[in-house]
Amino acid sequence: MKSVSELPAGCSSHEDWIPLIEVAAREVFELMLGCQLAVPATAEQTILDVTSMVGLAGQLSGVFSVRCSGKAAALMTSRMLGVKLDEVGPEVLDAIGEVCNMVAGNFKHKIAVLAEGCMLSPPTVVTGSAYKLHSLTDSPALEVRLLFEGLPLVISLQIHS
Amino acid sequence: MPIRALIVDDSSVMRKIVERALRQAGIDLTEVFQAANGAEALAVLKENRVDLILCDINMPVMDGLEFVKQLPGIENAKNVPVVMITTEGSEAHVVQALSCGARGYIRKPFTPEQVKEHIVPVLAAKS
Repeated sequence: MKSVSELPAGCSSHEDWIPLIEVAAREVFELMLGCQLAVPATAEQTILDVTSMVGLAGQLSGVFSVRCSGKAAALMTSRMLGVKLDEVGPEVLDAIGEVCNMVAGNFKHKIAVLAEGCMLSPPTVVTGSAYKLHSLTDSPALEVRLLFEGLPLVISLQIHS
Repeated sequence: MPIRALIVDDSSVMRKIVERALRQAGIDLTEVFQAANGAEALAVLKENRVDLILCDINMPVMDGLEFVKQLPGIENAKNVPVVMITTEGSEAHVVQALSCGARGYIRKPFTPEQVKEHIVPVLAAKS
């Protein structure tokens, strides 16, 4: 696996983590879904109504999330299970949860201090778009926007400490 | 050599992915048992003999490390190799899993080739 792992703890600026989030996502999609993520040329306006979240605790406290459309989530499930899109059922939530879990896990392993000192919670999946996340901290989320099979995918890390 | 495998993961999608990866790796599976946590896996092993166990670590009810610790008390699990498959891949986790009795450790995300690299030697050592 291509990796920038064992990054020294000296990579302390959280902004510096954005490329690592992107690499972590690219590796998961390449290895587990057999596809390359692309960078969008313009900001997409698609409704992202599936949100998968994984909590981080320990050396880093925060929430890692993957947001996409229902269509993208179903397509991910299809790719992960090796089944046709019309055969995908309720396992979509499980699949998108695992995607978030793997991207979060892969990300933390790229930062030495997090690999050993940060735990992941089980994933939580929210469906629907009529909600807003309110962080109790004022730190902005680190966000990466990518395209999965032409469909928008937003991966973000909200850091609490 | 055809084998019977037990896949333990709280994600049903991941259990299917692991099974598919085993088959893609050329492992001849005659039967695959599945369990969503360590407690379910122990129940499976009380009734069934397997040749290989693949186990996640972070699971509700009973996690993978506790499950591995309890295996010596299960007749059907004696000398059955356990390989952990998990997002937790820190050195501390690997050491802990191996000290609990696991024979191998695969970190998610993985490829069928990586699964093969880890599983084939474990099965060869068993036989």
